[in-house]
Amino acid sequence: MLEPFHVPPKVVLQMNFKMNKMETLEVKNTMPKLGLMTGSQAVVQALIAEGVDLMFGYPGGAIMPVYDALYDVEEELKHVLARHEQGAVHAAQGYARATGKVGVCLATSGPGATNLITGIADAQIDSTPLVCITGQVASHLLGTDAFQETDVVGISMPVTKWNFQVTRAEEIPMAIAKAFYIARSGKPGPVLVDITKDAQFGEVDFNYVPFTGMRSYQPKPKLDLDSVKAAANLINSAKRPFILFGQGIILSDAEKEFKAFIEKTGIPSAWTILGLSALESDHYLNVGMLGMHGNYAPNKLTNECDVLIAVGMRFDDRITGDLSRYAKQAKIIHIEIDPSEVSKNVHADIPVIADAKEALLELSKIVDEKTHTEWLEKFSALEKEEYEVVIENELFPSTEKLTMGEVINEINVQSDHNNIVVTDVGQHQMMSCRYFKFKQTKSMITSGGLGTMGFCLPAAIGAKMGQPNKQVVAVIGDGGFQMTLQELGTMFQYGVDVKIVVLNNEFLGMVRQWQEMFFEKRYASTIMINPDFQTIVSGYGITTKKVVKREELADAVKEMLSHKGAYFLEAAVGQENNVFPMVPTGASVSEIRLK
Amino acid sequence: MKKERYTISVFTEDIVGILNRVTIIFTRRKINIESIAASESEIPNIHRYTLVISEAEDMVKKVVLQLEKQVEVVKAVYHKDSEVVYQEIALYKVPTEVLLSGGEAEKIVRAHHARVLSVEPAFTVIEKTGHKAETQALFDELEPYGMLEFVRSGRVAITKPMKTLKSIVEELENIQD
Repeated sequence: MLEPFHVPPKVVLQMNFKMNKMETLEVKNTMPKLGLMTGSQAVVQALIAEGVDLMFGYPGGAIMPVYDALYDVEEELKHVLARHEQGAVHAAQGYARATGKVGVCLATSGPGATNLITGIADAQIDSTPLVCITGQVASHLLGTDAFQETDVVGISMPVTKWNFQVTRAEEIPMAIAKAFYIARSGKPGPVLVDITKDAQFGEVDFNYVPFTGMRSYQPKPKLDLDSVKAAANLINSAKRPFILFGQGIILSDAEKEFKAFIEKTGIPSAWTILGLSALESDHYLNVGMLGMHGNYAPNKLTNECDVLIAVGMRFDDRITGDLSRYAKQAKIIHIEIDPSEVSKNVHADIPVIADAKEALLELSKIVDEKTHTEWLEKFSALEKEEYEVVIENELFPSTEKLTMGEVINEINVQSDHNNIVVTDVGQHQMMSCRYFKFKQTKSMITSGGLGTMGFCLPAAIGAKMGQPNKQVVAVIGDGGFQMTLQELGTMFQYGVDVKIVVLNNEFLGMVRQWQEMFFEKRYASTIMINPDFQTIVSGYGITTKKVVKREELADAVKEMLSHKGAYFLEAAVGQENNVFPMVPTGASVSEIRLK
Repeated sequence: MKKERYTISVFTEDIVGILNRVTIIFTRRKINIESIAASESEIPNIHRYTLVISEAEDMVKKVVLQLEKQVEVVKAVYHKDSEVVYQEIALYKVPTEVLLSGGEAEKIVRAHHARVLSVEPAFTVIEKTGHKAETQALFDELEPYGMLEFVRSGRVAITKPMKTLKSIVEELENIQD
């Protein structure tokens, strides 16, 4: 590893300390200190009381008192300095998605706070539990356009599950307790607590009481057993039932219950990209990916099933295609914790408004044991067709240039499906979802609803720091990599062992694909003249390799996966390759195209 | 589906910023809020917003569920005009001289059962409560005499079929225990 030049001794010491500590980030049962303290100390003690041991952030004027308080608790509560607040919030998201815990990030007022917004919006639409704490100008300056003042409570309101401005130190313990409760309960989401500088300096007699509930917020709807019975009756009478599952399975820890349910009922099950890894890829009832670039069979057969059972998913438009021609022949059961998602896009004949785990447990008790051999064969037949037309060419191509699919497949084969895969957004993302195989839950971390380019690198850092014993592979396009590559600095400072795979087609590939298909190949602003990525990444002391030829690929992947520490693998892939199958915008899912 | 007029009643905790959260739900779908009134409810610390929109019922349902999803919204309901008793108040400021002459303007005020709230040498303030059509009718008739200022409140509405707020809140509080 390259040694940093001209760094003051204390920084080197801190780096070594952090690097060595990387492997031992397990939760300590640290008790918070109680009694008289400053507001900023109360923030820190409240975080400790909530079990936070790792957070991400970036300091600045209005949050300095909290940073000062963090200096005293470095042992109990580690703070990772990102290189940009967007990096901090995506890292917190990656951490949350990989661990199931609440991700925490810290930023200053004004630009620090506004730089969090993309990550907050991403967490909101993908239901990721986050607590974001921002500093704010002193309360007497609020509304005066003071230096670095921005109305972050106002700005973040449409993209947070809850937010709150603290102007007095006494409010801090309750605000933080409430923030964690709301972020993690029910359908999780991001919350933001904005704390004025005078509140951070103020004094509070700290006594931490965890928040347990409020009348206006019922996170777990009571399971209605009649709706479960109605759902079971419909499932028992179904000839061609079909399950769609989403992240709700992961968020309610229902992987086991889900598997038991599908195995008892014998129902083929397809996933949304946020539901990916909730059920192992090679399960005999896992029939693949839904949606625009999903698999052929589940899209086609959505319009042939007689009962459609949606579990913990929300019928995003990328899943449904044209709603007026979506599963019109089927009766629809929707198991969902958020009442506002039921019948929002697709009418539910039988809504089961409940936590997925509770609903599946009850449902499993009263459904009949069944197999649907003929119906499953329909999936296999279409899968075979897709394999012959699309998959085989993607994974075992005869083209001169590498394909994205074959790079992914090589990683797959060599790592025995045991990685946490983090992706960015675009063609490589769809390829990753399609071709990576998974054995364990929470192994796929991707920006689904918001489609945030630049998500991957920082999210992968957060995922690795949350799961230090797992191999984390970050798959990124050449476009998205350049959106947040400053976070290589974070990797360097903390010795974060992420394997970065850049699939470089020197294009903004997904947009280019659309330009090719729907805009007469008018490649407006999608061509990328890229720098030498290896030179840049080497500057951060990361070992690099670039593969251009097929015969180099296997060895390069082997070297990457066995390398101790971070590694950067760039693969030059075909420039004008497309992702197929595809449901074009406005088409019905059953009009999915293989080419 | 046909657009109709709906009254949406939103009951919230009494917290700074919650009105913003409520209106965002409408503005993100580009739904125009025709009127809005905010006040206390019969229960301490629970505020009530009355909003009027014209939309298809299917859309109104979705909006109401998204309102209820807000952490500090206790309850949100929607009703058709026939399911609520509602009222608006309008104030009209006209030159006092047009009323002094004992002419048409005074007859108009009487015919509309409007009240005179305040008489100053230069102007008189008239009050009229009623549905929009009624307050508008008075406006239209007074306008030729010189309208110095006019204001109409948002609709306030009492719902006919709803459970009492008290029983709803009690239910919610019991779930907490």
